Amino acid sequence: MAMLEIEDLHVAFPKGKKAEVEALRGVSLKLEKGERLGVVGESGAGKSMLAFSILNLIAEPGRVSQGSVAFHGENLLELSERDIRGIRGNRISMIFQDPMVTLNPVLTIGTQMVETLKAHRKISDAAARKLCIAKLKEVAIPSAESRLGAYPHELSGGLRQRVVIAIALLTDPELIIADEPTTALDVTIQAEIMALILKLCREKDVALILITHDLGIVAEVTERIMIMYAGLCVETGPTQQIIQAPHHPYSAGLLKALPQFAGRGTRLYQIPGSMPPITALPPGCAYHPRCERATELCKAQVPPLEHGHACFHPIDQTEAAS
Amino acid sequence: MISLKGFITRFLSDPVAIVAGTVLLFLVLMAIFAPFLAPQNPYDLMQLDIMDSEMPPSWRVGGDERFPLGTDAQGRGVLSTIMYGTGISLLIGVGAVIVQGVLGVTLGLVAGYRGGWIDAFLMRLADIQMSLSTLMIAIIVLALFQAAFDANTYADYAIFMLIVIIGVAEWPKFARTVRSSVLGEKNKEYVDAARVIGLPPRRIMWKHILPNTLTPVLVISTIQVAEAIMTEAALSFLGLGMPTDRPSLGSLIRSGFEFIFSGSWWITLYPAIVLVMLILALNLLGDWLRDVLNPKLRRGDD
Repeated sequence: MAMLEIEDLHVAFPKGKKAEVEALRGVSLKLEKGERLGVVGESGAGKSMLAFSILNLIAEPGRVSQGSVAFHGENLLELSERDIRGIRGNRISMIFQDPMVTLNPVLTIGTQMVETLKAHRKISDAAARKLCIAKLKEVAIPSAESRLGAYPHELSGGLRQRVVIAIALLTDPELIIADEPTTALDVTIQAEIMALILKLCREKDVALILITHDLGIVAEVTERIMIMYAGLCVETGPTQQIIQAPHHPYSAGLLKALPQFAGRGTRLYQIPGSMPPITALPPGCAYHPRCERATELCKAQVPPLEHGHACFHPIDQTEAAS
Repeated sequence: MISLKGFITRFLSDPVAIVAGTVLLFLVLMAIFAPFLAPQNPYDLMQLDIMDSEMPPSWRVGGDERFPLGTDAQGRGVLSTIMYGTGISLLIGVGAVIVQGVLGVTLGLVAGYRGGWIDAFLMRLADIQMSLSTLMIAIIVLALFQAAFDANTYADYAIFMLIVIIGVAEWPKFARTVRSSVLGEKNKEYVDAARVIGLPPRRIMWKHILPNTLTPVLVISTIQVAEAIMTEAALSFLGLGMPTDRPSLGSLIRSGFEFIFSGSWWITLYPAIVLVMLILALNLLGDWLRDVLNPKLRRGDD
């Protein structure tokens, strides 16, 4: 049994009085212990929605309309509020995008760390502080003892994200969900933070779901990729395989759009058009208006996810090679 | 947030704040130490002499060294009654604001965080409460209370009743302020982060959101203390507030008002000056706080 198994997950938001629109339209994924998965897609593809639905924290008025999220065989979506709180931040923790706003501005680092520990462990203040200092050292924060009394605004962005990572690691979770953990940081800091996350995950055998739109980061850190488009998984498989030989035209387009693949002095490639809003999805394959391989079939039917990709006209690798 | 040092610097660079702060500090200290400073204890009937009644201030003809600001109709020194009365006014003002604050902050926090029908219900309740004038509610309740109990019981519980009535009648101001701040805060990512950590909603509301909404609460608290003191003074002036033997500034003004046409103007004038100074100092400090804590008016050197 896989550690985390998401089965046909649908998340719906009400539209008007009766109708609903779906932000996730049936996503499935499996994650083994210690495995690192990259979830890639444009803004609005439902990546963050997926992350929040794992912890059953979809913001009102959204709701999970169908599907299950099994963690060690236990459906998290059916747990009581109390039981799921015992899992959040304890066995599954999350790292957010912008460390400037994820730490409470009026509480010290120490208060926020100790509070996390105390929510899940019976532990004395002194022992909690000691553990917090140990974790801060693990994420390579200099003079960790004195940082406990600091307020978030006294730290730089990189240091704050390190604190957020330390908080995520406090309770030795089995799974960390990182929602674009480096997007808000300086480029130089990005690599440091990503290397830190990778190192810690490897050392402690923690599974990672890395949500990002940066295929470069995903290629370095993860073992498997899931590419999402308009609330659906369009392609999934081992990272290297997809990077080298994408089957779905959307994956191919994303890869082609990476600046490192553009020749010197040429225009950067971009996928024509933009992702449709979930309120106005085209019929059939949601990608067909932007796809150069689209046919009448694509406009009529949603392609099923088979052999790791959801496309009627996948890119044949012999064809791509020629 | 502004640092303590920045706060003090701002205070010392603003003459209005210094004057208002000094006046308020002076009045508060005077009220606290009244039992040691006052020439006479106006509550102690043994110290009063009816022969001393309606004496003018000491520098006027017929005045007495013992009563620098003259005496009232019961022979109490006006200075002593003001010192004790300021304390009672402040006690009622601060007490009422604590009641308002506890009620309003709790209900505003719950309404803002929970949303939905709880929010709708609490806010409609606040609207109804706001459409009934505080003075009107207080007059009705206090008149009933006065009629139902004898004068001694009334005198014993008058402070308590005034605090509760003014407190309950004004909770919507706090509730609305806190609610609107909570609505702004609750969608911020640190709240998501707190939920992801697995903290229960009660803890998120009180420990994470509330401290981020306290700035406006601090500002209206100051203004509301002034408001509550004025309400109490108005009620006392109408004869529904503090009884004459334990006078607040309002009841002092009222007790002197009957004698103003017989020439004893000092019984009313001096308490009135103190009341105006107290309210003015509180309001000026409130305005100053609002400007200092407003990030849009923040100066570079804070």
